Amino acid sequence: MVWNKNRESLDREELEGIQLKSLQVLLEKIYSNVPFYRKKFEKAGVKPGDLKSLADLGKFPFTTKDELRDTYPFGLLALPKEEIVEVHTSSGTTGIPVLGAYSRGDIELWSECMARTLAAAGAGPGDIIQNAYGYGLFTGGLGVHYGARKLGLCVIPISAGNTKRQLMVMKDFAATILACTPSYALYMAEAAREEGFDLRELSLKSGIFGAEPWSESMREEIKKALNIKAHDIYGLTEIIGPGVACECENNDGLHIQEDLFYPEIVDPATGEVLPEGKPGELVLTTLTKEGTPLLRYKTRDITYLMREPCPCGRTLTRMHRLLGRTDDMIIIRGVNLFPSQIEQVLLNIEGTLPHYQIIIDRSRAWLDELEVDVEVDSSIFSDETKRLEELRDLISSELKTTLGVQAKVRLVEPKTLARSEGKAKRILDKRQI
Amino acid sequence: MTLKQISVFLENTKGRLAEVTDLLGREGINLRALTLADTKDFGILRLVVDDPEKALYLLAEAGFTAKVTEVIGIEVEDSPGGLATVLNLLKAEEVNIEYIYSSLETTKKKAVIIFRIEDTEEGLKIISRKGIKTISHF
Repeated sequence: MVWNKNRESLDREELEGIQLKSLQVLLEKIYSNVPFYRKKFEKAGVKPGDLKSLADLGKFPFTTKDELRDTYPFGLLALPKEEIVEVHTSSGTTGIPVLGAYSRGDIELWSECMARTLAAAGAGPGDIIQNAYGYGLFTGGLGVHYGARKLGLCVIPISAGNTKRQLMVMKDFAATILACTPSYALYMAEAAREEGFDLRELSLKSGIFGAEPWSESMREEIKKALNIKAHDIYGLTEIIGPGVACECENNDGLHIQEDLFYPEIVDPATGEVLPEGKPGELVLTTLTKEGTPLLRYKTRDITYLMREPCPCGRTLTRMHRLLGRTDDMIIIRGVNLFPSQIEQVLLNIEGTLPHYQIIIDRSRAWLDELEVDVEVDSSIFSDETKRLEELRDLISSELKTTLGVQAKVRLVEPKTLARSEGKAKRILDKRQI
Repeated sequence: MTLKQISVFLENTKGRLAEVTDLLGREGINLRALTLADTKDFGILRLVVDDPEKALYLLAEAGFTAKVTEVIGIEVEDSPGGLATVLNLLKAEEVNIEYIYSSLETTKKKAVIIFRIEDTEEGLKIISRKGIKTISHF
């Protein structure tokens, strides 16, 4: 079902008219209300009035994640603080997070995006959605919640974790829609089997899965194990949260809510806008967001745009399932983390640097597992096992505190880990995604 | 006096221990005592050899993490209750033993017991006060 036919099925020309007008309003607004942007415009020698066509957007400066960090928390507000009704931060748990501040209108905008997303996944009034995304600062839980309410679903706000309870609730309330990370969906199917029942026989019919990378083969697994349709969703805290783009019933690329977020694909190194269909870094501009509007935000996600019309009737451009990242961000069980964070933890523990390796694997139960191998050299070596075990446990607990995910720490012999041939060697991603 | 023990860090991988003993054997180092403490992921091999300096050098050269630890070696009667007598003396003084093992051979009807205690210096004082003789090599 198409939630908002008027907007999701606009003629290209009409849509571009809306985009251009929204962009012009946006540029005026951020130029006058956000000193950060005024300075950027001045530095780039552009004025809001310079945007006469969509193609002119390329003259305007990008916004980067580092800039969001530099202006944390409220440096990018385009509204008086009193008009902010909610805040969220990115799922990375260390260092300076990235903040999204929402006005009342932004919550409405977000609800709209997620209502479209859920409708595209086949949900509608009468459906019961089990929302197993975490509720809290993370945008997943509340984003799905708002959209489901707008669409007229009944929400089970169970949040993440506690699998036994998830399964009980799923069965007892006859949930029809499931929202969680794709790996957790498979984990639940596995756990159900252990409990002696089969998710395929419950009332579930469809699911929206995001917050971590997954693949076609994983989609097949989910369809098989749960007997449901499986939809990929895309979003990021900086832009609004989940709901920026979603798959329709055709499962062939994610429709970007283009009337609300303007997409570009650029060369990550040069910033040059790439020709249609070429893979590059996705850049998004929020067209109507009020609290923290962003201009040409470099997402670091790599994809390409698919402009051909989709049989579903939506005219919104589709983006291909993510192809990768421009940085070395790792997503573990829905939590974003960087190798540098792990390095920082090790730096603070004497003797453990510089030789470590990060190994990521997906267990048989479909949960991502993080292992950090640390080389033991003579400076930290002890003849007593308990000293080494204490060191291992210390690293493990520091990692847990910093990253928010459990890491298995293994002490290994020196020179068994690949040596400084660039950062990539530090990470061994064995997941078949 | 103390005894020099070589401690070697080993991953729990097949054949790793053999690599150590091969290396030392090839270079004419004689093992006098050894013990392997193992955990799920790694092990610590503790060795007493006839030439600890050379052994340490060889191991480091071969890329092992190894170090010298000062431990206490004593000779006890190679007869029932020989070790118990010594341990009871230490227990009376509340000396905590971290680990203990014995030599591969006996000499002159005595067994060599090697142990590591938390405070080696303090332990040595107690032991000599009790009239137990420590050894620096065997």
